[in-house]
Amino acid sequence: MDIPHAVFVDPFAQMIAAPDLLAQTIWEGFVGGALYSLIALGFVLIYKASGVFNFAQGIMMVFAALTLVGLHEKGVPAFVALALTVGVMYALAVGIERFVLRPLVNQPDIILLMATFGVTYVLIGFGELSFGGDPKSMITQELYLPSGSINLDVLGGRVQLQKLDIVAAAIAILMVAGLALFFQKTRIGRALRAVADDHQAALSVGISLNQIWVIVWFTAGVVALATGIFWGARSDVSFALQVVALKALPVLILGGLTSVPGAIVGGLIIGVGEKLGEFYWGPLIGGGIESWLAYLIALAFLLFRPQGLFGERIIERI
Amino acid sequence: MKAPSGDILLSVENVTLSFGGVCAISDVSFDIAKGEIRAIIGPNGAGKTSMLNVVNGFYHPQQGRITYHGRQRSRMQPYEAAANGIARTFQNVALFKGMTTLDNIMTGRNLKMKRNIFWQALRFGPALDEEVGHRRVCEEIIDFLEIEHIRRTPVGVLPYGLQKRVELGRALAMEPQLLLLDEPMAGMNLEEKQDMSRFIVETNRLRGATIALIEHDIGVVMDLSDRVVVLDYGRKIADGLPDEVRRDRKVIDAYLGQDR
Repeated sequence: MDIPHAVFVDPFAQMIAAPDLLAQTIWEGFVGGALYSLIALGFVLIYKASGVFNFAQGIMMVFAALTLVGLHEKGVPAFVALALTVGVMYALAVGIERFVLRPLVNQPDIILLMATFGVTYVLIGFGELSFGGDPKSMITQELYLPSGSINLDVLGGRVQLQKLDIVAAAIAILMVAGLALFFQKTRIGRALRAVADDHQAALSVGISLNQIWVIVWFTAGVVALATGIFWGARSDVSFALQVVALKALPVLILGGLTSVPGAIVGGLIIGVGEKLGEFYWGPLIGGGIESWLAYLIALAFLLFRPQGLFGERIIERI
Repeated sequence: MKAPSGDILLSVENVTLSFGGVCAISDVSFDIAKGEIRAIIGPNGAGKTSMLNVVNGFYHPQQGRITYHGRQRSRMQPYEAAANGIARTFQNVALFKGMTTLDNIMTGRNLKMKRNIFWQALRFGPALDEEVGHRRVCEEIIDFLEIEHIRRTPVGVLPYGLQKRVELGRALAMEPQLLLLDEPMAGMNLEEKQDMSRFIVETNRLRGATIALIEHDIGVVMDLSDRVVVLDYGRKIADGLPDEVRRDRKVIDAYLGQDR
């Protein structure tokens, strides 16, 4: 079998021959993609409001999940632990605003980026100190998250949907929709968009940057908690999990760093794209392409649309 | 011409502002009376915009006192200035470009909205009533500025003259006591300038806002303002009624170059 046939014809022939397998692959990609979207959304929220690329977003996710599980291990009931974790994320947002952002306001972006590296290591250290460095398993049952799976007979075959995945996708969609509404319809949302557009003008109409930053970092923290719970449920809760957050980078390249819809669509494209790639094209070179295919997709994309799918076009007025 | 009434809204005393070694404002004092239109003029680089930035809290002067509403203020942040009734527009329009005209003007109501975030998120009961009330105020401003036709247009695509008008609208939505206008007519044609002059006068007379105005068009300044302060190289060189200032030797020299 020649190479063009194996790359361009055979995979599609397989898709048509077994549509149930295709549906299964797309579903798995969709769930992963929805979670990538949520992570990317955390980056976008913070970037839009404070112009900071928050390197610590991945660690915030692990830290949130670790705090939840760690508190439960210390005997705190699951839902109390969940509420406490939300409280911890709020305290973290206040702390970051007070001790990182405020002293560094008006510094070049690179300084703020480096500061988020600092936040990353503080969180890793603090997390290990408080809850130990061993991988833990997520308290799915205690949070009443369903387990097991549903089998659907479709397309002449059987598609298996994990109940946990369904809940994860539903919550991801709800959070994204909720945030979109919040941004469009409320005073705080309007103030957030105002800050994202023009700091000076926002200040002149009486929007307090400090308050907005706390709200944004807190929102990103809650988003991190949600993603942490579901990624934690799919593997273990450990600091290795932050690698998942790196998957948000191709999503951001694809979607644009400033666009909420971009984060969503980008996440889904990456999620579905890497699953399809792994399943249909992976075997050609011995598999394992899932871990880097996302970057390749993003790179190819970058050639044609440097500003991303929905990112703002960069027009310099001269 | 209206003489300044006794009530002083804002007074600036001996303010000095420098950036590194560059002195932008040195030892400038003047005041703004309640209800007047006060122009600040001067050649390019005279320190006019820096002066507005000081009043607005964007810059903090190294020396000098600023008294607003009879209270001397220490380092004030821009959002605190806004909360105390100081609104402004910018020389290079600073609008929220991705948002519609209506949303831009609604941001001006930010400080007037009191319901907390949870009520707002629900958009229910008192929060909804409040939102409707603010919306009404904004619609009145849109009527006043004759920009009904662009209510739903993202401001980034509007022509410059209209952007300036939206920016004025956003400042008006704050119901300011003191309105700082930084070159509201820059880059406008004659017709647009006339419209803008009318809006400024009506804002002052009907809405009762005290206005501090930076403008390059001397004709406009002389027509609109009650009193004029002239800056040159960061120093005050004249202060008085428009007619007095127009005849002032130092002002003529600053604008036309000194006779040698």
